[in-house]
Amino acid sequence: MISIQNIVKQYAGHRALSDVSMDIKKGQVFGLLGPNGAGKTSLIRILNLITAPDGGSITFDGEPLTRKHIERIGYMPEERGLYKKMEIGEQVLYLAQLKGIERREALRRAKMWFEKLEIQAWWHKKIEDLSKGMQQKAQFVATVLHEPELLILDEPFSGFDPVNADIIKNEILELNRKGTTIIFSTHRMESVEELCDSIALLNLSKKILDGGVKQIKNSYRNGTYMLEYEGNANWDLSGAPFEVLSTETLEETNRIKLKMKPGQPQNEALHYVLPKVSVRHFEEVVPTMNEIFISTVNKQVVS
Amino acid sequence: MNKILLIIQREYLSRVKKKSFIVLTFLVPFLFIGMIALVGFIALKSKDLEDEKKVQVIDESGLYKNQLRDTKVITFVYTDANYEQAKTTFIKEGYNSLLHIPAGEGAIELLSEKKPSASTIETVESSLSHAAEARRLAAAGIDTGVLAAAQKRIEIKAKQIKDGEEQDAQTYTAYAIGLLSGLLIYMCLLIYGTQVMRGVIEEKVSRIIEVVISSVKPMQLMLGKIIGVGLVGLTQFILWIVMSVVLSGGAAMIMEKRAMDATPQIQQVQHMAGNKEELKQLNKLQQPDGAAAEIMKSIENIPVTYTICCFLFYFLFGYFIYSALFAAVGSAVDNETETQQFILPITLPIIFTFMLSQSFIINNPDSSLSVWLSMIPLTSPIAMMMRIPFGVPWWQLAASMILLVLGFIFTAWAAARIYRVGILMYGKKASYKELIKWFMYKD
Repeated sequence: MISIQNIVKQYAGHRALSDVSMDIKKGQVFGLLGPNGAGKTSLIRILNLITAPDGGSITFDGEPLTRKHIERIGYMPEERGLYKKMEIGEQVLYLAQLKGIERREALRRAKMWFEKLEIQAWWHKKIEDLSKGMQQKAQFVATVLHEPELLILDEPFSGFDPVNADIIKNEILELNRKGTTIIFSTHRMESVEELCDSIALLNLSKKILDGGVKQIKNSYRNGTYMLEYEGNANWDLSGAPFEVLSTETLEETNRIKLKMKPGQPQNEALHYVLPKVSVRHFEEVVPTMNEIFISTVNKQVVS
Repeated sequence: MNKILLIIQREYLSRVKKKSFIVLTFLVPFLFIGMIALVGFIALKSKDLEDEKKVQVIDESGLYKNQLRDTKVITFVYTDANYEQAKTTFIKEGYNSLLHIPAGEGAIELLSEKKPSASTIETVESSLSHAAEARRLAAAGIDTGVLAAAQKRIEIKAKQIKDGEEQDAQTYTAYAIGLLSGLLIYMCLLIYGTQVMRGVIEEKVSRIIEVVISSVKPMQLMLGKIIGVGLVGLTQFILWIVMSVVLSGGAAMIMEKRAMDATPQIQQVQHMAGNKEELKQLNKLQQPDGAAAEIMKSIENIPVTYTICCFLFYFLFGYFIYSALFAAVGSAVDNETETQQFILPITLPIIFTFMLSQSFIINNPDSSLSVWLSMIPLTSPIAMMMRIPFGVPWWQLAASMILLVLGFIFTAWAAARIYRVGILMYGKKASYKELIKWFMYKD
């Protein structure tokens, strides 16, 4: 749906994006990750035609991205903002009309959304009289009211309490199920694993990693397992097909982290330990996105 | 285009619906009238409002004895006391000042407890001068009555030739219209320009700007805001004009009614009035061709539609040009306190023209400086409105209007280049160097 080719953005004094390319396919939930200052917001602003890149090109459904596509995109910036003195209902309608939706149609959809998010009673309230969570919900409605094909969300969960974050998350996933492509940026990795199909990792203005979440995690597998057992902590490990990386004593059980020796399948580890201790739990340790993120970022800093 | 209309609509309605707008629109005419009435009242009664002063006079020369005439506020009381002694006692005796006229060449001195006001000094001086003048004239054998007759004030009737016909020149009416429209434009440029700037800052601070410009171009948003606020200003003006017409119409009706009610009384008084002068004055009151009627007549003589059209044109385009600049300033800062350094250079041409217009342009409407000022886009809205009541050649008016429109297009373009970058910049202290850099960024 969106193809980003060799984007460069130069600000006075620093480079925000250097030669960044990525593809976002239709129907994906695409996570744009990176520490603060990596260039995520710059890229998102370019995607929304708020600023222009100094180099590179973007296509939308195969055509070069221009203003005529803007009505098919919904954007929620990181710094949320609505007119303080305007009633939220009116405000949502105004923003939808700016996206080219007729007022009557906008009203119908807004009523539906307000009911769904249980804020219909606040239709005539001004933003400054609302709680933060309520403002965020109104902002979300304003973002999706024109039923965009592409939804771009900059740090969508920041500022939400856990309950509201969950509501918004489910709404996003439902929109995705109905076919909306979603790009969201975040520096909170835990939300990535449950939401995203694909990610791109930006750091210091460069893309340092991208691909499907599963593939990336698989490529970071290194034969590490966790074994939890009952019984003696001090047992003879001579001839084991693995190395012990760390041990830990819990209330009733012990836990070790082990790494298979080269060429050894994991079942060999079970064969080896079963006669000796009573196994409670055995699982592969796959690095979390957070660990991948940190190690990749650190690698880049070192290199 | 449709989107600009939406923006204009929002900017307009959100302001017009505000309580402060309604209150201001309906109160200002009353405040204005009240202010004029108060100033007039004070000017009329200023003599009554001043404290009465008593001045003790020691006349050692003997030339001014009983010659100083008391005025409304100053009473002169003569004494033969010794000056050195009186110096210490005049305050205790209840006098405000002590006037010492020495014999011979010495300077006349006014001794006071507090610093005497300028008007007190002036009054004493003029009393002394009058006394001296009268004494010298008498000494030269000139009759003061003859002199007074010879000094009769002469009034001229100014006329101008227009289209080959003589017309009353209405210089004073032209004066008043020039000053009033200049003042109104000056106030409006500042008031509505600042409103545009506040609007831009509000959008920036509340961060809605990013949402809006993901739907419309920054230029559209800026123009929509400027036009929307301009329409608010226009609405306010039209309401003010309508209200002042209604108010003055009402006032005229009340006055007419009172005059009619008063007629029998006046006739009664006429019977009783023995004095001819009094009678004349009464007649003046009764007849419609008094001073008020003359003003009405002179207003009828000015081309009202032409003046109002010119006023609206210069008001609108003057406002457009300045509000574009104000919008650029608003985009460059994070809050209103930071605007000072940029506002001054913008408002300087307005203030400069306004000050100059009161003293110079209005008195020399056709001097080359006035003509130039009425051509330059940043100064022409005020300068031209000062000149229009005195008559401006059509080609000058056309040139000035075209230049103003061109000036607006250029200013809006330049301001938009700064605006589009500024609205997305946070926490960066903008300097002039920075603004130039923003201006240079390519799209």
